[in-house]
Amino acid sequence: MSPTAPLAGPTSGVVARMLRSRVLAALASPHGVDRYLELVNPMWAAEEVRARVVAVHHENPLSDAAPVATLTLQPTSTWRGHRAGQYVQVGVDLPDSAKRMTRIFSISSAASAPGEQFTLTIRAHDEGQVSKHLVGEVVAGRGVGTMLHLSQAEGEFVLDESPATPTISHLLFITGGSGITPAMSMVRTLLRDGYSGKAGRKVTFLHYARSPEDQIFADELAAISAADNDVTVHLRHGHHVFSELELRRLVPDYRDTDTWACGPAGLMELINTSYAGTTRLRTEFFKAPRVEAGSAEGDVTFGRSGQEAPNSGVTLLEQAEALGLKPEFGCRMGICFSCTSRKSEGTVRNVRTGAESSLPDEDIQICVTTPVGDVAVDL
Amino acid sequence: MSIAYENETLPPPVDPAGIDVDALKKLTAEQLDAFGAETDAIRQRVIADLGQVDRDYIHKVVKIQRGFEIAGRALFYVPPAWPLAVGALSVSKILDNMEIGHNVMHGQYDWMGEPGLSSRKFDWDNVCPGEQWKYSHNYIHHTFTNILGKDRDIGYGILRMDEEQKWHPYYLGNPVYALLLMVFFEWGVAMHDLEVENIVSGKRSLDENKAIYPGLMKKIRKQALKDYVLFPALTGPLFPLTLAGNATANLIRNIWAFNIIFCGHFPAGVATFTEEECENESRGHWYHRQILGSANITGGKLLHLMSGNLSHQIEHHLFPDLPARRYPEIATEVREICERYGIAYNSGPLHKQLASVAAKICRMALPPKRTAD
Repeated sequence: MSPTAPLAGPTSGVVARMLRSRVLAALASPHGVDRYLELVNPMWAAEEVRARVVAVHHENPLSDAAPVATLTLQPTSTWRGHRAGQYVQVGVDLPDSAKRMTRIFSISSAASAPGEQFTLTIRAHDEGQVSKHLVGEVVAGRGVGTMLHLSQAEGEFVLDESPATPTISHLLFITGGSGITPAMSMVRTLLRDGYSGKAGRKVTFLHYARSPEDQIFADELAAISAADNDVTVHLRHGHHVFSELELRRLVPDYRDTDTWACGPAGLMELINTSYAGTTRLRTEFFKAPRVEAGSAEGDVTFGRSGQEAPNSGVTLLEQAEALGLKPEFGCRMGICFSCTSRKSEGTVRNVRTGAESSLPDEDIQICVTTPVGDVAVDL
Repeated sequence: MSIAYENETLPPPVDPAGIDVDALKKLTAEQLDAFGAETDAIRQRVIADLGQVDRDYIHKVVKIQRGFEIAGRALFYVPPAWPLAVGALSVSKILDNMEIGHNVMHGQYDWMGEPGLSSRKFDWDNVCPGEQWKYSHNYIHHTFTNILGKDRDIGYGILRMDEEQKWHPYYLGNPVYALLLMVFFEWGVAMHDLEVENIVSGKRSLDENKAIYPGLMKKIRKQALKDYVLFPALTGPLFPLTLAGNATANLIRNIWAFNIIFCGHFPAGVATFTEEECENESRGHWYHRQILGSANITGGKLLHLMSGNLSHQIEHHLFPDLPARRYPEIATEVREICERYGIAYNSGPLHKQLASVAAKICRMALPPKRTAD
């Protein structure tokens, strides 16, 4: 992706500095400047990051597997840019439920500067309401003009080399399925920033996809592979699974090579085993929610305090207290919202409504919520 | 007045407004359970139905409120339009505090997942920090509604609003205190959590307030800076006029909010409870208490909007976390259920409820002997 000109308009330069001034913040207190700007133009912002989808591309129209789409986003001038490999939280107002859902997606384009366009490449997961909606729009020929609510770029799965490694050393990317996106961002960044065969640095890109039809970025990968740039691309399709033997054949000293791996859980497990005991491997993968309806088994993890215990079946508030935690609470009956906490993963049941939910990063009232199977809460 | 559910050693209280509160005590535990289940069913149905209409509604109200706010601030540049400016800013503050702030901070719109309208993030155009208010209001007041000794909203620690509150010569000033609380209502709400009355009586130490001060002072500074320094300064030579206008808008909001809120819990016929009555109470009993402890104001759509639908105080107390725009439709069902179970449903036009509250404030100023009916 080529860099675009900085966003012209009312939120750049002097105006941007004014919008972020303390005086304006004081005048707009307690709601904040953005609550007023958004009413005029959703692309105006002083602090928050939003983006408009300006172009869409269906990546695998010939595949009968889950569709994949690339969205090009024009962010507000508040976007601070991203480093290759980072991800962003994307909030979408789902039209049928009137709810805003937020999910994490890796950025697929090369590192971006503040305010610059970037792309997300998303696979529609069956259980993923956000990905299904975003990709579904593209497949249906729509999607351009959609407004998204973003975070700044986040994540440490980035193109930094270990201090012991000189810049001429070999880089290795191992990815599976849609896990290709952060690695793609890194390779694109290297090539865009003048990386060529003359640098004397080797890059090996090993990717596993379900089928050739399902291979996203196929043309670009072929072009990269054909060019004189010392980037070697190995694509593996179908039942050709990862094996340490093959990796050793491709990169004999892989255990001493800076490696970035991203993909489904099965692949990641195999890779982790192959790299056991080394410090060269950096990994990233996003878990899909696990649904174990009806069971009161599993473990409850309280992320911030590092506590974990078998699920006892009572409310998360009581389970947290049983472990000696002191979460904020009020009515203990689901009316005051004092205890609202962030559930990072797992399925929970609302004891008042009986409704179950498996959404990741969801705010729940822990006093009226019981875990169903494994659950992690930020407490 | 207080209601005894089981043992009636006292003569049945006769309500000045003629409401036979005595009849309300007759619900058995089984009846309360059935009543609770019916009330729960309303809640389930509304939750299942929440969607785009509710989202569009709150967005529209926010837009209208911001419009009045900007119009109000701008009109201060036109001195002859001063009354209009004050009016617009008052409407803005009332909408912000009531239909938006109060309701958003109850978590009524948390299901939308929008950070700008989330109970955890929202703060209102009021000197009381939202964070602090949520504790005293959402938790203490809504959980222990009208339980004497627990619900600090009964008289706000300043007034005597119930026969069961022991009389003291201090309460001779009841009408004066009420008037002052009305004029300085936002400050009263902000100071509420300091529990001054409990500090005076020795139940609370000053140290316990230390954690509250930083947040409170920060919010007060921000509100004062905006309304009494920056916006007046921006109008240059009109500084005094703008300052007076902003103060007037805050005053108008104070008076309106005070009156709506007092009409919600203090008209004649609204019941209070003892802690013993509410020990281990069932869900049905809790719902029952919410209805008996609240009163509605009848009126048109504008009244409901400007009161943040607290004109449906009964429905709000049953379902504090359901979007308030749903209360009018819920009210029809609640009234029908109340009729079947013989539960009094206190409702009346604004002027009647106000007169009833005013009479109670004055009556409670005097010692009980003189008020015995």
